[in-house]
Amino acid sequence: MNHSISLTVNGARRDFVLDDPRVTLLDLLRERLHLTGTKKGCDRGQCGACTILVDGKRINSCLALAISHDGADILTIEGVARGDQLHPVQAAFIANDGFQCGFCTPGQIMSAIGMMREGQAGNDPERVRECMSGNLCRCGAYAGIVDAVLEAQAGMDETNQRRSA
Amino acid sequence: MKQFDYVRPGTIAEAVAAAARPGAVYLAAGTNLLDLMKGGVSRPDRLVDVTHLNGLDGIETLADGGLRIGALVNNADLAHNAEFARSYPAVAEALLSGASAQLRNAATVGGNLLQRTRCAYFYDTASRCNKREPGSGCDARDGENRSHAVLGWSESCIATHPSDFCVPLVALDAVVEIEGSNGRREIALDALHRLPGDTPGRESVLEPGDLIVAVRLPPAARGFAAHARYLKVRERTSYAFALVSAAAALRIENGRIAEARLALGGVAAKPWRARAAEDVLGNVAPTPDAFQEAAWRALEGAKPSGDNAFKIELARRIVVRALLLAAAGTPARIPALPASPFASISGAIHA
Repeated sequence: MNHSISLTVNGARRDFVLDDPRVTLLDLLRERLHLTGTKKGCDRGQCGACTILVDGKRINSCLALAISHDGADILTIEGVARGDQLHPVQAAFIANDGFQCGFCTPGQIMSAIGMMREGQAGNDPERVRECMSGNLCRCGAYAGIVDAVLEAQAGMDETNQRRSA
Repeated sequence: MKQFDYVRPGTIAEAVAAAARPGAVYLAAGTNLLDLMKGGVSRPDRLVDVTHLNGLDGIETLADGGLRIGALVNNADLAHNAEFARSYPAVAEALLSGASAQLRNAATVGGNLLQRTRCAYFYDTASRCNKREPGSGCDARDGENRSHAVLGWSESCIATHPSDFCVPLVALDAVVEIEGSNGRREIALDALHRLPGDTPGRESVLEPGDLIVAVRLPPAARGFAAHARYLKVRERTSYAFALVSAAAALRIENGRIAEARLALGGVAAKPWRARAAEDVLGNVAPTPDAFQEAAWRALEGAKPSGDNAFKIELARRIVVRALLLAAAGTPARIPALPASPFASISGAIHA
């Protein structure tokens, strides 16, 4: 049986006919939309490489059935920059060497953006490490990742202060 | 992953009818179920998706002072609800010590209660497992079993229940509201999960079609807010299941314990309420000696199921430390590393 769903992906509405309910959000993004920035690492919810935002919240897209998310608003790594202008978290990852091979980086960045929206970690490195523990980096770039997240957070705090001043 | 039919019911009654049929299972977030299905451990014929049902995602304070949590509330929203975290701090701390931020954003209250064991032999379809395939045997008995059960296990199964959330809930007398083929009923969370016995495949008392719609905390559960902690020892600092955990909650009046609640995680096939330990903590001063006595009571009857004798002594020490932390007072903010003995601001006191 075919199932029709619609999603908003990086701001654009997309309609799909699913001929198989087993399709995950991860596979839909990669295989149907060719948005291959979202990575398939473990495919079992353990590594975080597939992290995307669904309705503003970070989740593992490998453990989410597309059919169950009819109507969802999805943000992937392809949707965070504005043209050539990088998202502040992207820029901070480059400035702080927050990666080596880069495979986990889209998931790390989406997780960091989600974490900053959650507002639980602030500028505390220990809380940042804990709140990012769902993203593995087998190159071991964790020190740079934490520095990048803290720098992006500090930039956001400064922007918010300027706005409220 | 095996093929399945997908059903999205419009009402709870439709959901119950669809899920009562053989081979059907409920789908909530799917964070555990999809993992099991990808590994061929769960092979349902039909998924009944309850995520679009109305009225199951609220957190509601009841007239009697109790709290009703809808089964579809996600773990993160519940833990970060300020009023919830203030009133039931050990439950919030347990939630935040579980899984990862991504999984907590998706995983639901009902799903957390019904998640399956993480016994590696249950997950490995090449291994014998009485839970996955009744009568096939248990390869964990002679396998890698240092993390397995020390209480309530049987020769047929030594798996543990992996939930953190359930541990403080069972200590606080949580009640589970269930919608089934014969209407609505409720049971104590302590009576939801079954010990393995000869039928480890039957993990709960739920019948086909039964849907958990809410978890309720009784009015008295708020009385422990000033002295409640969850403490969890795991193999790495974050994003790991408990080797042993304990939820400790005290009501202290005039320097003496008026009432104590204690439950352990990671030690049995269900969250383990330690009533014998609670009994020795009535109307005594909150001293290390009293907590040592409670710890001995809590682990009465414990026995190794393999290379895990260390868990019994570890559990005693975790009980003592959780009680000491609870007695010291609930911290104003959940520590950076929730429930971790390594938290830099845990306020830890060593017995």
